[in-house]
Amino acid sequence: MQLTPTTLAITIAAALAAPAAFADTTANWQGSLIVEGIYFDSNKDEATHAEGEEEAHEHAHLPGFPAGGHDHGFREGLHAGHIEGVVSGNISDKLKARATVGILDTEDGIETELEEAFVETQGLGKGVTVKAGRFFSDVGYLSSKHNHEWDFADTPLVYKGMFGEHTNDDGVQLSYVAPTQQFVQVGTELFKGDKFPAGNSDDTVGAATVFAKTGGDIGTDHSWQAGVGHWRADSINGREGELHEHERADGSMHSVTPSFSGKSHINSVNALYKWAPNGNAKERNLKLQAEYFQRDEAGTIAMLNTDGGIERNLNYDGKQDGYYVQGVYQFRPHWRVGLRQDKLGSDNQLTQVSGAAATEHQVEATGLATEGHTPKRNTLMVDYTPREYSRLRLQFNEDNSTPETDKQVILQYTHSFGSHGAHSF
Amino acid sequence: MKRLILAVSLLCSSALAHADLKVFACEPEWGSLAQTIGGEKVSVYNATTGLQDPHHIEGRPSLIAQVRNADLLVCTGAELEIGWLPILLQKSGNAKVQDGQPGSFMAAQQVQLLHIPVKVERSDGDVHADGNPHIQTDPRRIAQVAKALTERMAQLDSANAAHYQQGYANFNTRWQQALQGWANKTASLRGTPIVVHHKSWVYLQDWLGLQEVATLEPKPGIPPTTAHLTNVLQQLQTTPAKFVLHSAYENPRSAQWLSGKAGIPVVMLPSTVGGTPAATDLFTLFDDIIQRLTSVQG
Repeated sequence: MQLTPTTLAITIAAALAAPAAFADTTANWQGSLIVEGIYFDSNKDEATHAEGEEEAHEHAHLPGFPAGGHDHGFREGLHAGHIEGVVSGNISDKLKARATVGILDTEDGIETELEEAFVETQGLGKGVTVKAGRFFSDVGYLSSKHNHEWDFADTPLVYKGMFGEHTNDDGVQLSYVAPTQQFVQVGTELFKGDKFPAGNSDDTVGAATVFAKTGGDIGTDHSWQAGVGHWRADSINGREGELHEHERADGSMHSVTPSFSGKSHINSVNALYKWAPNGNAKERNLKLQAEYFQRDEAGTIAMLNTDGGIERNLNYDGKQDGYYVQGVYQFRPHWRVGLRQDKLGSDNQLTQVSGAAATEHQVEATGLATEGHTPKRNTLMVDYTPREYSRLRLQFNEDNSTPETDKQVILQYTHSFGSHGAHSF
Repeated sequence: MKRLILAVSLLCSSALAHADLKVFACEPEWGSLAQTIGGEKVSVYNATTGLQDPHHIEGRPSLIAQVRNADLLVCTGAELEIGWLPILLQKSGNAKVQDGQPGSFMAAQQVQLLHIPVKVERSDGDVHADGNPHIQTDPRRIAQVAKALTERMAQLDSANAAHYQQGYANFNTRWQQALQGWANKTASLRGTPIVVHHKSWVYLQDWLGLQEVATLEPKPGIPPTTAHLTNVLQQLQTTPAKFVLHSAYENPRSAQWLSGKAGIPVVMLPSTVGGTPAATDLFTLFDDIIQRLTSVQG
């Protein structure tokens, strides 16, 4: 079965075009628009930003982590941020659909992304839920959350490094809630596998996950959830990284693009704890969460020259990992303060076909060089939410994701219009 | 192998036949009611306590697990649980308790609602399209809900239908007597002007004939502001009130501020079972409400 947005759209259209089973279709629809405004200030010198896209992308890159996740950092100054348009509704009494479009005004112009477009069963019975289409993976805790649900203006570094901006892909998900007193959920996802860190798979199922979650309450004040996840893509065929340019000894320019083929496996654990006196989170509450991801990659990196020919093959055996840990405290109604720490690590082995270790320059060209640096970031956040659909947030990042420390200030305003389903735990 | 499957499925179905009717009550008043009617034939899980604001509950893992296993959901409806119940229903994968199924019982659909808005707009605050959902503060409406709930329980668990009917008959006899007693004690409250924190007492006002002259919230669900409280204080100069009411889960600061300025007492009322230590069931809930109202009146 090949699941694409087109077939999905046709499925949805066909379902909606069915004879007027619903007299009042408006009652079945929910639509909302989430509008974000960002002011961003970075202490990195203006020159590197002025040099344009290539520079900006290189700076967004995390040392030791393969590039490829499509991620736009913030632009300096005042900008429209990430806009989300969400439409959801019931197709039948057992089937719901939701589509989310993300709109971002980037340096390259307006970019739109179909973030999600799926149908999902409701009340199928026996604890089973099936989802099909394009959707955010449940492999981690934050993996299924949209930008406006984040407690900070940006995503943890480990998510950026592992998945790029979002974890969405086209496929199916099957999940099951066990008939136990304690919450236990297990699930699996089969994806097309076109998106980073997968890419260009010839197989119908190019990536797959399994995940499990459990959770419960301790008295009325405490609740928790813990989960594990495994993501894998075993038939990656030419996942391209960033173009690498350098000057030869004779002064001529030389450029190559790394292209990875092989397999990539990710394991993750996550934990979440919430505290609210008497279970009334509206007054005061605390939320602590942490996630750890570890990735193993093995295969070949082909260095492609500008006309697509293979200049050199390198054997690649890579390990990358990272975590974030964060706490957000609502100390009085509408006001929250948050702290987050990010840290990444990597251990990548690159060898030439001859068996000899790759040269420093070759490693650099693959985009996997660390320059002995461990990416880290510390974040402080304060936000004010006068109503549940508008929020003003001020955030400071001490970003050491590259060797040069970047002190960032982010002012974010988020507002939602229309009706929008409640967020999950 | 076939024999084993048969044995297992027989075991399961016989186990199910003897299992209690599993009730998931969104609020404790309905949990208490279902328990009173069903007795030992039901097992009740209360999703919230009397000290929680039922508008603002999180769809926690524990609640998903309980909805997953429920045979019957007993909730207020009228959008009171709109912020959390839909997500529990979605995540549970339970067919029996979805909207429109016999396992979904909404109390607000069994009674006449007050304050049905002409239009619903965010600028008006948290207005519920179906009407004010806080029906549990009127014992006459609780009697109506009890009757309908009994029928639903009998429909879902027909083997014990007679048991539920008997449970209801016992409850209703006691309830009608209690109603008479409460009515006698509160006759003098009729027409008393009051200020309330949130519009959660309209059914109590309807029952006892209390006159709501102002709310501390400028609009439903919008927390009190200094400007609004000052207006209320001014308004009380011309239309005085006897006391200011808030429920156990609401922050008492605004009510206390107004009380100090206007020189009227604050009355904290349990809005449901468990809201105060005395309110242990539906009977003691109203005993306590009336005791608190009549004692302040002096």
